[in-house]
Amino acid sequence: MGERTFLSTNYAVAYAVKSCDVDVVTAYPITPQTTVVEKISEFVANGELDAEFIPIESEHSALSAVIGASAVGARVFTATASQGLALMHEILFIASTMRLPIVMSIANRSLNMPLNIHCDYQDMMASRDCGWIQIYVSSAQEAHDAVIQAYRLAERNDVLIPVCVCYDGFVLSHTYEPVEVRERDEVLKFLPRTERPNVLDPHKPITMGVMALPDYAYEFKYQLVDALTRVPKALEEVDKEYKAAFGTSYGLYEEYRTEDAEVLLIAMGAIASTAKIAIDKVREMGVKAGLFRPRLYRPIPAELWKEKFERAGMLAIVDRTISFGAIGGPLFTDIASLFANETERPLLMNFIVGLGGRDVTVKDLMEIVKISHKALRKGRVERPCVYYGVRGIEYGE
Amino acid sequence: MTELKKWYEIPIGCVNTEPGSSLRNITGGWRTFTPVVDKSKCTKCHLCWVFCPDGAIELEEDGSIKINYTYCKGCGICANECYPKAITMKR
Repeated sequence: MGERTFLSTNYAVAYAVKSCDVDVVTAYPITPQTTVVEKISEFVANGELDAEFIPIESEHSALSAVIGASAVGARVFTATASQGLALMHEILFIASTMRLPIVMSIANRSLNMPLNIHCDYQDMMASRDCGWIQIYVSSAQEAHDAVIQAYRLAERNDVLIPVCVCYDGFVLSHTYEPVEVRERDEVLKFLPRTERPNVLDPHKPITMGVMALPDYAYEFKYQLVDALTRVPKALEEVDKEYKAAFGTSYGLYEEYRTEDAEVLLIAMGAIASTAKIAIDKVREMGVKAGLFRPRLYRPIPAELWKEKFERAGMLAIVDRTISFGAIGGPLFTDIASLFANETERPLLMNFIVGLGGRDVTVKDLMEIVKISHKALRKGRVERPCVYYGVRGIEYGE
Repeated sequence: MTELKKWYEIPIGCVNTEPGSSLRNITGGWRTFTPVVDKSKCTKCHLCWVFCPDGAIELEEDGSIKINYTYCKGCGICANECYPKAITMKR
């Protein structure tokens, strides 16, 4: 049994990194992620974690340096948010197609402009095509456990894909909760050092990150497409092993009161916790509503999602980001594409909420369910994408 | 030309596991200007050998230099570094 401690999500992540005996950590401060690497620097300075801590000059370099360290076989970590993640953008693709088991935490934050340090998912959603495994969590404990699971998943030789653990900036990153910190010895038993097929070794010279012209580039990209298809099953296995070792498991998703739900609210991260209260309240009012929280967002466990969604009459999909110029938010378009070839399918509505850290309250989520329920009763959706909460926008159906 | 391999026949992660395979790329054809060595001026300091980005300068047993024109791209760095001006770039 680990020790139960009062921690913010950022600290919960830092404690997980310590327990995983990470070898190299690069750090560049950016709100609201900074206290993750600040805490890790304390661990290293106090001798509690034997790691190379590199305070580096930018996020672009932060990810580049862990790529180098991972290439020689080290277990590595970095963290970022918002503009920092945007600065990493080109390196994200390099890390995934080089198939390096890097783990990174992201305290999701709005992207400029306007200058804003608060939560939405614009940062990671704008990079969602980067080939990383993307896990969204909804509590400090889950973030702690997800980091440990992430190493196990990333380092499997049938996976070898970097993983990012995403959580709402401030709403989770700076909120304190009781967290059971997993014991280092048990974590190390759960995370044995594995032998990777290709690492840099002077006795066995190889070239990493080769140039490939039109004759081979597509084949290298396709290898990642193929590997990503193995991830949902691999994460399920890792999660089962985690339960056996620590007694906790999360699965690929979380659902709440979905058994007979006509309106299925689909939301990620911290909003999903608030939504449970909203679901209870609308159920008291006689609306059969349930909640589905995707945990694994990339790769999409498509068959599982489809099976969960096809029974509902209405999917009320909540996106905490804008996909400018698109028909709806990223989660909405992802889910809509699941049913592209189906004649019988649920109605879909999309609600864009909480941009720049605007509070998403129980009342808001109840209203979203009510709007969706009304459209379901009419049997028709007039406006699929609602920019919910913008002053000056009317959204009543 | 070798036959193109399928996606599952090549190592994952943009890795080349065959050391020295770049010798197959004959880059001498890229050259517009050719470095020519005047052995009477060469002091055998080997600065050109240090600076050549392609390893296209070879050292002879007596310490004199020999340019490998199979791979020399004609970038002119050797001529630029050579302080006794023993290397000149000729068209």
